[in-house]
Amino acid sequence: MLAFISRRLLQSVFVMLAVSLIAFTLFRFVGDPVAQMVGQETSVADQERIRDSLGLNDPITTQFVSFVSDLITGNFGFSYRTRQPISEMILSRMPATIELGIVSLLISLLIGVPAGIYTALHRGGAIANTILVTTLIGISIPTFVIGIFLIFIFGVQLGWLPTFGRGDVVTIGWWQTNFLTIDGWRSLLLPALTLGVYQLTLTMRLVRSEMQDVMKTDFIKFARARGINRHSIHYNHALRNTMVPVITIIGLQFGGVIAFSIVTESVFQWPGMGLLFLDSIRYVDIPVMSVYLVLIALMFVVINLIVDLLYAVIDPRVRTGATH
Amino acid sequence: MDKLLSVNNLSVMIPTRFGDFLAVDSINLDVKEGQIHGLVGESGAGKSTIGAAIIGLLETPAFVSSGTIKLLGQSLTELDNQTLEGLRGRRISMIFQDPQTSLNPLLSISDQLVETIRQHRSMSRDEARKAAIELLEETGINNAAQRIDDYPHQFSGGMRQRVVIALALCTEPALIIADEPTTALDVSVQKQILKLIRDLAKQRGVGVILITHDIGVIAEITDEVTVLRYGRVVEHGKTPKVLGSPDETYTQQLMAAVPRLDKRLDRFVNIASDDHRIDGNTAWQVKGANDQHASQWLLNNPTSQSVPAADQTELSTSDSSTSVLQVQNLSVTYDAKRSWFGKKTGFQALNDISFDIKPGEVLGVVGESGSGKSTLAKAIAGLVPVSQGAMWFNGTNLPDAAQRARTHPARRQIQMVFQDPYSSLNNRRTVEAILTESLRFYGLADKGAPSRKLVASMLELVEMPQRAMLKYPHQFSGGQRQRIAIARALMARPDFLICDEPTSALDVSIQAQILNLLKELQKNLGLTIVFISHNLAVVRQMADTVMVLRNGEHVESGLNEDFFTNPAADYSQQLLRESPSLELLLTD
Repeated sequence: MLAFISRRLLQSVFVMLAVSLIAFTLFRFVGDPVAQMVGQETSVADQERIRDSLGLNDPITTQFVSFVSDLITGNFGFSYRTRQPISEMILSRMPATIELGIVSLLISLLIGVPAGIYTALHRGGAIANTILVTTLIGISIPTFVIGIFLIFIFGVQLGWLPTFGRGDVVTIGWWQTNFLTIDGWRSLLLPALTLGVYQLTLTMRLVRSEMQDVMKTDFIKFARARGINRHSIHYNHALRNTMVPVITIIGLQFGGVIAFSIVTESVFQWPGMGLLFLDSIRYVDIPVMSVYLVLIALMFVVINLIVDLLYAVIDPRVRTGATH
Repeated sequence: MDKLLSVNNLSVMIPTRFGDFLAVDSINLDVKEGQIHGLVGESGAGKSTIGAAIIGLLETPAFVSSGTIKLLGQSLTELDNQTLEGLRGRRISMIFQDPQTSLNPLLSISDQLVETIRQHRSMSRDEARKAAIELLEETGINNAAQRIDDYPHQFSGGMRQRVVIALALCTEPALIIADEPTTALDVSVQKQILKLIRDLAKQRGVGVILITHDIGVIAEITDEVTVLRYGRVVEHGKTPKVLGSPDETYTQQLMAAVPRLDKRLDRFVNIASDDHRIDGNTAWQVKGANDQHASQWLLNNPTSQSVPAADQTELSTSDSSTSVLQVQNLSVTYDAKRSWFGKKTGFQALNDISFDIKPGEVLGVVGESGSGKSTLAKAIAGLVPVSQGAMWFNGTNLPDAAQRARTHPARRQIQMVFQDPYSSLNNRRTVEAILTESLRFYGLADKGAPSRKLVASMLELVEMPQRAMLKYPHQFSGGQRQRIAIARALMARPDFLICDEPTSALDVSIQAQILNLLKELQKNLGLTIVFISHNLAVVRQMADTVMVLRNGEHVESGLNEDFFTNPAADYSQQLLRESPSLELLLTD
């Protein structure tokens, strides 16, 4: 098990290095960094001095090494656009996105998993079919349409919920949270729902098809033949086996939500990382983009590692290193 | 003895798109305490359906359409679902075929046993655990107190089946339905498991219904047997009587079709035609195509050095003739994936194997699972790389998988027939396309009419109607598919055929047909064959010489007759002893 984790960690290091290289290439070769930093009136000699002091005249490998070591030590550099340290910009935006991602993940799990189980066990039933058709509509409509639709109903027509921004937040250290105020929760609800609907459908359909497969296996038949009660067969025997593949997809989905909730964030003007990324693209803020790229890759690597560890928790075959 | 179970006029109906199908038709069955009752029949006989009906686990849409099932005087067919669920496990339990899949892989043995015991008896967790350990000891798990916390994958196949049996017994049921309980196991393990079932039935007075297609198993442990065919009872009675001197023709034919360890037959009796799925239209023919054409084409093989067996002198005296295939010190090691931290460990599947095959000889390779039989086949066919040793084919060096190019002549000359005819044929292509492929690939016949004529003739040679070439593999039964697979191998005009368990997925009667066909082809075409099987009785019927493998090591080789009458190695004697045989019955 230890060997497994350390192997995965080593692989992660290589993945991160590869991503850093791409980010570095983006940063160093898409446009001239100095030209973007200085104004028209800076003399060529001054430009050269800046270039020298920034180390841009060093060999490429030296530059890459210092780029990576800067990243590792948390020195992310400055934004072209706002002149702020990138670390500060991202740190101030990250809580908003993570909280949004967590709530939408919870929505998708709390509704998707039970709905998946229900539709698997009551195959062809009226309620099951209704759920399937309804969620099919949910998955076929683009996210921004759902967002606008929700804004229209709950924000404009009914006027129950705010339609943009985070509302009241409480600051704990550098972390601003929505979770501690009612207004914060109200603001969170619509964007989280918008993001959650799509994941919910995927989760539900995945749980459903996996569960149907598991219910056909011999060990479920054997459990029934031994007279194990239904509740235990469904939730102890079958669900556990169902969750093994489901966890992988949920993990990747969560990563995707955090990294690319750009559309939802811009529809609801949610001040998260997605919106930051969108602004960076608009103003060709390359340092922010390259740091963002590295951070997102890091997040996916961490999520994958967590998923692997969860595998080991659920599946004894992984835990004890079975060869089959 | 008391009557435990009595089944009267039981019928099971399965509604399908094409009308209702009567899977089980008015079956009567009685089981007494401590008695083992065998249900035997070929696939489609309805054996498993009867078992499922008794325990109330018929898969929808199948349902009991008439008849009664009484367990200890209580009628099961009249009970509502909930009461039946309560009985399930407590009064009736079941043992499934494959111990690999019948245990939940994510729960420990202890979890599964304790839950089942507590489901039916009010016991504390600790008491249930103690009972579970005792039960595991009773079913022959050593060190049960420690092993109980292990997970299913940490047990070997035979041990897992013991756990399954413990699980079936832990509720102290009156009746156990064992559906092919030993089919997935090696003969030696099979012997032990059967003995365990027998002892438990006797000691605990449990009635057992043993469902199997294997007459050997029936002969070995059942007290009574019911022979089934197409959902109806053919014959019923005490096992020695039914198998020893059967009254019905079908039972007689079935017994005749079972390969015997003790004698070698030239041909098996053909029971049933396998052709009921093919429409009777044999009029459709390709012009000029017939089996003669195919066998002539195969015999006139310019590269072939084989001679028809008829012209051969006795094998033992033909030492002077050159070998077709010579294998020297062959070793195959499957490498575990090399990793950064893990050590590079290899699994030695074959170790230092040497043998010769003469032209027209049939070499039978036997051994249990993990003995390296299939690895040997793959090494010769050039499908796995060889780590050590050398092979010579027709006097020239035969490169291994890594070196043997796609165009190497041996790729055509050596052909293979695989075990499972359901997965070895591509369902998306017509039989004609499948058979024409090797003609085209090796450039053996011109496109169009000559190819077509050959395909049709080859089908005739394997005793299939020519019209079969227009259909797709899924339209055929298992036996017919295996014929097509043999035809496909022959289309390459091979000198050398490797048959890897060619009949182990087939019913006895179909097995008999395929063995007949292979014998016929071998005799007429003088093919050299490596015949691999775990079933000693089948090898007895097919092989000229026999080679025994165990854990990748060579144990013994010898001529068929010598080996079966007087095996030298201890292991071979043990294998022969443990193979289910019908001797018990014949002496009665």
